Amino acid sequence: MALAETNTLETVLTVENISLSFGAVRAIRDVSFDIRKSEIRAIIGPNGAGKTSMLNVINGFYHPQEGQITYRGAIRKQMRPHEAAAGGIARTFQNVALFKGMSTLDNIMTGRNLRMNKWRVNLLPAMLYYGPTQQEEIKHRQYVEEIISFLEIEAIRKTPVGRLPYGLQKRVELGRALAAEPDLLLLDEPMAGMNVEEKEDMCRFVLDVNDEFGTTIALIEHDMGVVMDLSDRVVVLDHGEKIADGTPDEVKKDQTVIDAYLGVSN
Amino acid sequence: MNDFDTSLEKYDTFPKLLLRNSRVRGQHPAYRQKNLGIWQTIDWEQSARRTEELSLGFLSLGVKRGTNVAIIGQNTTQLYISILAIQAIGGVPVPIYGEAGVDEIAVLLQHADIHCAVCQDQEQIDKMESLRNKIPTIEFLVYEEPRGMRSYTQNHIHSIESVIEMGRQLKSPDNQSFQKEISLGSGSDVSIILYTPGTTGSPKGVMLTFDALISAASLLANQDDIDSKENTLAYLPTAWIGDHIISFAQHHVLGFTVNCPESPDTLLTDMRDIGPSYFLAPPRIFEQLFSEINARISGAAKIKKSLFTYYIKIAKQVGPRLLNNESVGLVERIVYYFGELVIYGPIRNTLGFSHLKVAYNAGAAIGEEVFSFYRAIGVNLKQLYAQTESSAYVCVPQKGMITADTVGQAAPQVELQINDEGEILYRSPGNFAGYYKDEKATKAALDSEGWFKSGDVGEFTDSGALRILGRAKEIGTTSTGTKFSPQYIENKLRLHPFIREAVAYGQDRPFVSAIIVIDAERVGNFLEQTSETSGGYLELSQQDKVYDLIQSNIETVNQTISKDDELPDLRIQSFLILNRQISSIRGEYTQMGKLRRHTIDSNYKQLVDAIYQGQNQVEIANFNDPENGSKTNTNSSIKIRKVQD
Repeated sequence: MALAETNTLETVLTVENISLSFGAVRAIRDVSFDIRKSEIRAIIGPNGAGKTSMLNVINGFYHPQEGQITYRGAIRKQMRPHEAAAGGIARTFQNVALFKGMSTLDNIMTGRNLRMNKWRVNLLPAMLYYGPTQQEEIKHRQYVEEIISFLEIEAIRKTPVGRLPYGLQKRVELGRALAAEPDLLLLDEPMAGMNVEEKEDMCRFVLDVNDEFGTTIALIEHDMGVVMDLSDRVVVLDHGEKIADGTPDEVKKDQTVIDAYLGVSN
Repeated sequence: MNDFDTSLEKYDTFPKLLLRNSRVRGQHPAYRQKNLGIWQTIDWEQSARRTEELSLGFLSLGVKRGTNVAIIGQNTTQLYISILAIQAIGGVPVPIYGEAGVDEIAVLLQHADIHCAVCQDQEQIDKMESLRNKIPTIEFLVYEEPRGMRSYTQNHIHSIESVIEMGRQLKSPDNQSFQKEISLGSGSDVSIILYTPGTTGSPKGVMLTFDALISAASLLANQDDIDSKENTLAYLPTAWIGDHIISFAQHHVLGFTVNCPESPDTLLTDMRDIGPSYFLAPPRIFEQLFSEINARISGAAKIKKSLFTYYIKIAKQVGPRLLNNESVGLVERIVYYFGELVIYGPIRNTLGFSHLKVAYNAGAAIGEEVFSFYRAIGVNLKQLYAQTESSAYVCVPQKGMITADTVGQAAPQVELQINDEGEILYRSPGNFAGYYKDEKATKAALDSEGWFKSGDVGEFTDSGALRILGRAKEIGTTSTGTKFSPQYIENKLRLHPFIREAVAYGQDRPFVSAIIVIDAERVGNFLEQTSETSGGYLELSQQDKVYDLIQSNIETVNQTISKDDELPDLRIQSFLILNRQISSIRGEYTQMGKLRRHTIDSNYKQLVDAIYQGQNQVEIANFNDPENGSKTNTNSSIKIRKVQD
């Protein structure tokens, strides 16, 4: 159970009747659900169910052929990823997408990009590193240091991320997403490929983020134990269609979900 | 020595020393701790102010003279200040190892009559909370790190900030209770209770008085010219005498700066940041750093590698003589100087040893290879015989007679003797006042004249230095009547780089045997040079080539044993290589990294029995190894190799 009570029913994001096709392949068919403020919302489903596609739609990376998305009370027009990011949506990726040659600190600092004052950070003062640019960097560095301390990655602050084990890279990626101070955080399989201990750590961080910052989180995860423990509500996709939506307990008992996961003999 | 008044009669407790430091050197940094990546300084004045506020807060929470207060967590400024704040109002701090498990803590809390505890973070609070049903006497808990504590709204849980705030409210020029409480304290009071983890049996609470700790701290400092300008890094468990004597006792007596690491994982970075001038570590730290250097060098470019090999060879010939102030020829000095420029200096710099005046290895013996390496590159590394019961003050190695296997002569004001059983007895100004609530054990160890039976067996070398042979309890005889110390054999085995750990058997057995844990990385690297063999620990451990390698090591050890001693039947006649590491997760090590024999004995009984039944290999069910998370239950076999004479 997540620590944060979802006492408010205010929705942050609603997707309605979304359909997405790539040529003849229909990745998502007529899917609707909502994400409430400060909840942890899991999207689960077997391989190829359309989970990542769904995140990419929310994120503005894919443009659905049908349906509409309401974000923070307004119907969202077709949007590019950087516009979605500026609107407060941050994400991590299924395959870690960090700058391998850059340090942990610098990677997380890139997450601050959108929060930097464009007028204070421009070419000339940046080249000379004086005045407003310096103050701006100090301000953002402090925020980044708070994230580093929060995620307990002080020891790897200056290590190039390419040299880090996978579990830590995932944590750095979470840090970069947090640096954008998102209203909605999308996590694409944050625990994939981790050992038990790393998973436990990551679970704790996800819960802490939700608890400390009140961040709304939508996550895709394969580990059912993790999903059931973490999330407030779960939406289940199969073959691009929504087959169930509810609390972890409701979903667990749902016959269509059980069939989708275990297979049905027809 | 010191640049201010050190007449210790006036300042016979740490709280009094704190007031002195705050007055005499108020602006001098007392602590540094990294926060958000930047080292923050707390000077002596601030330290005194915080202590006062915290003390008053504790008073209003009901801590009284004689109350025992548990302190648990990593080394933070706030925890050290808590220790002092408790002492200021006459309470007795009882530090507990942060990594201790719930059961272990339960035993200590009950034995030490703990009513309240200062916990560093949520993890420690959770441990305490889980014990509250079992130990209902716990009245209140204080935590330092607010993270994750938001939902803990119980009345008996306080944040340290709120306790400080309580104290701040009470503070006024009229309220002299802090100063009054401090003046009530005297040097003969119990300052702290340190529980020894104990390699055998139940833990014992060593009571140390202010007098003992303060004299030990200042006498020890005199030996190596430790003064008020030192910079140290407090990273060892606060419950260990080694950390307590430096980061707390000497810190207050001399007034030098203690730096608290950013997190337990940042030791290397913090070392480089701080460049401590005075450093104490158990052997595993020195060994880890040593392996790290070797690993980096073996991956370095050819020219670096050959420079390293060449200059380390020079260093081993010249370095120790330079440290001992022996005469060294001009040519050698020049070559060493070049080595200093290209190799030794940079290595020390990388390790954070650049400003090091002296480094102590304490807690257990260190391997000869590692020891001589550090001395060769100009690190003044010494062995310190640090027993809790002596406040770590018994022997200090003197210049010119520093070796890996001795701890030096008796230090000033220490009387030292070895009794007929070979056990070391000493009377040190740092001797303890007794074991807490254990009259029987106190009587058995400490006689009426103040001689302490150390429980260690030792001997004097020709030069008069003390050599520790092992724990008396562990020393027995083989069934042929030869005296046998497992530690003595194990230390010799561990000197070999391929052997990471060794457990020797022989008590009441017809001959000596050993269980070996190999250093998979070094063995792997070595074999890769000569053949295609490689693999992880499990694959390597049962290969004949590896057994050959270890056998040659053991034969070398056997040679030194029969040369060294008049008792040649201590030679190792049989050994096996364990197919997993000895691990603290299974309780096979104590918190300070010593072997916990009774656990090991019961875990590997089957293997030892097989050795003495003369088998060539033993079938065992695969261990569940929590470190690898593997839970396979297939059988595997471990070979037993006999060593011919």
